[in-house]
Amino acid sequence: MNYFPDEVIEHVFDYVTTHKDRNALSLVCKSWYRIERLSRLRVFIGNCYAISPERTVERFPGLRSLTLKGKPHFADFNLVPHEWGGFVFPWIEALARSRVALEELRLKRMVVSDESLELLSRSFANFKSLVLVSCEGFTTDGLAAIAANCRHLRELDLQENEIEDNRGQWLSCFADNCTSLVSLNFACLKGEINLAALERLVARSPDLRVLRVNRAVPLDALQKILMKAPQLVDLGTGSYVTDSRSDAYNKLKSTLLKCQSIRSLSGFLEVVPWCLPAFYPVCSNLTSLNLSYAPGIYGFELIKLIRHCVKLQRLWILDCIGDKGLSVVASTCKELQELRVFPSDPYGLGHAAVTEEGLVAISVGCPKLHSLLYFCQQMTNAALITVAKNCPNFIRFRLCILDPTKPDPVTSQPLDEGFGAIVQACKSLRRLSLTGLLTDQVFLYIGMYAEQLEMLSVAFAGDSDKGMLYVLRGCKKLRKLEIRDCPFGDVALLTDVGKYETMRSLWMSSCEVTLGACKTVARKMPSLNVEIINEHDQTEFCLDDDEQKVEKMYLYRTTVGPRTDAPEFVWTL
Amino acid sequence: MESGMAYEKDDLMINLKATELRLGLPGTEEETNEDHHQDQSSLSSSALKNRKRHSPEITREEKSDHDGEETAPPAKAQIVGWPPIRSYRKNSLQQMKKSEAAEISGMFVKVSMDGAPYLRKIDLRVYKNYPELLKALENMFKFTVGEYSEREGYKGSDYVPTYEDKDGDWMLVGDVPWDMFMSSCKRLRIMRESEARGLGWGV
Repeated sequence: MNYFPDEVIEHVFDYVTTHKDRNALSLVCKSWYRIERLSRLRVFIGNCYAISPERTVERFPGLRSLTLKGKPHFADFNLVPHEWGGFVFPWIEALARSRVALEELRLKRMVVSDESLELLSRSFANFKSLVLVSCEGFTTDGLAAIAANCRHLRELDLQENEIEDNRGQWLSCFADNCTSLVSLNFACLKGEINLAALERLVARSPDLRVLRVNRAVPLDALQKILMKAPQLVDLGTGSYVTDSRSDAYNKLKSTLLKCQSIRSLSGFLEVVPWCLPAFYPVCSNLTSLNLSYAPGIYGFELIKLIRHCVKLQRLWILDCIGDKGLSVVASTCKELQELRVFPSDPYGLGHAAVTEEGLVAISVGCPKLHSLLYFCQQMTNAALITVAKNCPNFIRFRLCILDPTKPDPVTSQPLDEGFGAIVQACKSLRRLSLTGLLTDQVFLYIGMYAEQLEMLSVAFAGDSDKGMLYVLRGCKKLRKLEIRDCPFGDVALLTDVGKYETMRSLWMSSCEVTLGACKTVARKMPSLNVEIINEHDQTEFCLDDDEQKVEKMYLYRTTVGPRTDAPEFVWTL
Repeated sequence: MESGMAYEKDDLMINLKATELRLGLPGTEEETNEDHHQDQSSLSSSALKNRKRHSPEITREEKSDHDGEETAPPAKAQIVGWPPIRSYRKNSLQQMKKSEAAEISGMFVKVSMDGAPYLRKIDLRVYKNYPELLKALENMFKFTVGEYSEREGYKGSDYVPTYEDKDGDWMLVGDVPWDMFMSSCKRLRIMRESEARGLGWGV
C-alpha cells in the first residue's frame, strides 16, 4: 500500500541511481516494481544471455542507457572460440522496433557488426554515446555510419577493440554541423587518419574534453589539435616522435603550457623519450597516467617523468619500470589508488620485470591503494603479508606471476599464507585473482575471510575438490567464478547446485569435470544454461559418454532458456 | 589462523576423503596434504604434468632435475591463454617489438681507433651501461681508458673515447645518460690523447 502518490515515489526513486539499489526497489512490492520499471533510465545487463532483448524493452520502456556484456571474461585470453556468441544485433533490433529513445549504448566483449552500427545510427534520433570495450566484428565503415547519422553524438569511445580498418574516411563523415562531441577515443584503430578532417572536427567541437588519437597522428598534427582544444581534460597522444631541436617540438612545448586542464594522459604509442620534458608541466596536474602501450619509455626518462606526477591516482605502466622505478612511484605518488603493471615481455626471461620488492615498496608509499593488477616474475609470502598489513583497503587484488605455479622463491612454499593474509586483512575485497603455487589451503582462507568477494579468478591452483567447495560454501556474495587448469571435478561441481542460481556465471576449463556431472546440473537447475564448448576433438567427443572430461564448461543463470544462436561446437545441456 | 584451520580441515576430510578426486593417473602414488610441503619442487612439475590433460597445446618441456631450482627453462613453454592479457594488448606488444627491433637493428656502430689499420663494429645493445662498453672497447683495442670526471673528461690515458651523435657532432663518451647515448650514437672513435689535447681537451 502506498501512502504517497506515484509521482512522489517516482521523485524519490530519482535519487536512487545504482543498479543494485534500483533492483532492490523493484522487489519491495508490485506497485514499486511498476513505478521503478517505468522510471528506469539506465539498465545494466551483465550477461546478454540472461534475459531477452524483447523482455528487457518490455519491462523498461523508458530506458535511455543500456550496458551489455557478452562473452565470458576468459574470452579476453583466447579461451573462448571466436564464434561463441555475444551478438549485439538482436538487441539493437529489439530496441529499434520498440521505439525506445536510446541515448547511450555500452558494450563489453560483444560481437558488433557494421550492420548493427548502421541500424543503431539510423534508429535513435537522440543517440549520444557509444562505448565499445574489447569488442570485435566491425570495420571503420560501421564507424562512418555512426559519424554520419548520429547528429547529436557526444561520445565515441573505442577501447581495445579489434577493428578492421578499411582506410575509409570515417572521420570526414561527421557532419559539418555536428558540434556536440565531448569525448572521442580511437586509439585502437590501426590505419591512417585524415588529419585535416580531425583538425576540423576538433575545431568545431567546443565541448571536447576527451581526445585519444591513434598511432597515425604525428606530433605536429597533435600540436595543431591542442592549439584548437586547450580545454582538454583527457589526452591520448599518438606517435610522439621528433628531433628535440625541431620546430614542431618547441611549438608543442609552448602549446602544452596552455593546456592546464589535462588530468589524464595516455598513448605514446611510438615515442622518442627525450621529448618527454614537454609534458612535465602537464604531469604535475595529472591524476591518471597510462603508459602501458609505450615500451619506448623506460629507465631514466620514465623515472624523470614520474617524479613530476605528484597528484597521480591511477597509473598503468609496463614492467620495464622495474622495482627501482616502482620505488620512485611509491615515494612520489602518495595519492595513488589504482596501479596496473603489465608485462612488456610476456614470454621472455624478463630482465626488466618486477618482483615482490616493487609491490612492497608501493604498499609502503601508497596507503590509499585499493586496486591492483600486477604481473611479476615472482612473489613471496612475506611480501604479501607485508602488503596486506600496509594496504588493508584493497577492493581489487589481481596478481599474476608469469610462471603460474611458481612457489615462494625464498622458502619454496606455496603462496597460501600470503594470499590468506590478503583476504583476511582486506575486508572490502570484491575481486581477487590468484597465481603461484597454491594448495587447497588458500581456498580455505578465501572461503573463511573473503566475505565481500564477488569475483574470483583461479588458474593452476588447488589439490582437490575441497578447494572449490571452500569457496562455494564460504563466499556468500560470489557472483563470478572462473577456473582454469585446476583439479576440481564432479564432487565440487555437484555439491551445491543451488548456489549457481545466486551467481551470474561459472567457468571451468581444463578441470576434472565430466559430461555426466554437467548434465546433472542442467537437469537439476532449469534456470541455468549449462554450455559445453568442445572445439578440438569433435569427432571424439560423444554426447552419450558421461565419463568424458569436459574441455570447457560455462554455466550461467538465465530467464530465457538455451540460446538459439549457439554455434555447432557449443552444446547447451 | 592455524587452529581454526585444523578443525575445518579434519571435518571435511572425514566427509570427502572417500570420494576425493585425485590428480594423477591411476596407479601413481597418492600425495596427501601432509606430504605436500616436503615435495614442493616435484609437485610443481609433476602436478602440472597431471593437471594438463590436454597436451596438444602444451609444449612444456619437463625438467629433468627436480631439485626446485628457479632457473627458467631454456625454451619457455607457451600455455594457451597465458599470461592473461587481452589479445589486443598482446598484438600491440608484438607489433611494437617488431618496429622497435627494426629501429634497434641499427645498433651496430663502427668503432675506429687512431692508428689502427681497420675499423671494428660493436652492437651497443649488448651493453647495459658505460663501464661495460668501455671495458669491451679496452679489450678489443688493447688500451686503457682513463678515469672519467665531468670536469676533466678522461684522465690518465693515451686515448679518449668519443662518439658522433645524430647531429654530426663529436661528443665525449660518458656525459649523457646511457639510454640517451644509445639512441644518439652513430659511430665511435677512440681518439689519441695528443689529438684531443690539440682540440683543447684533457690535462
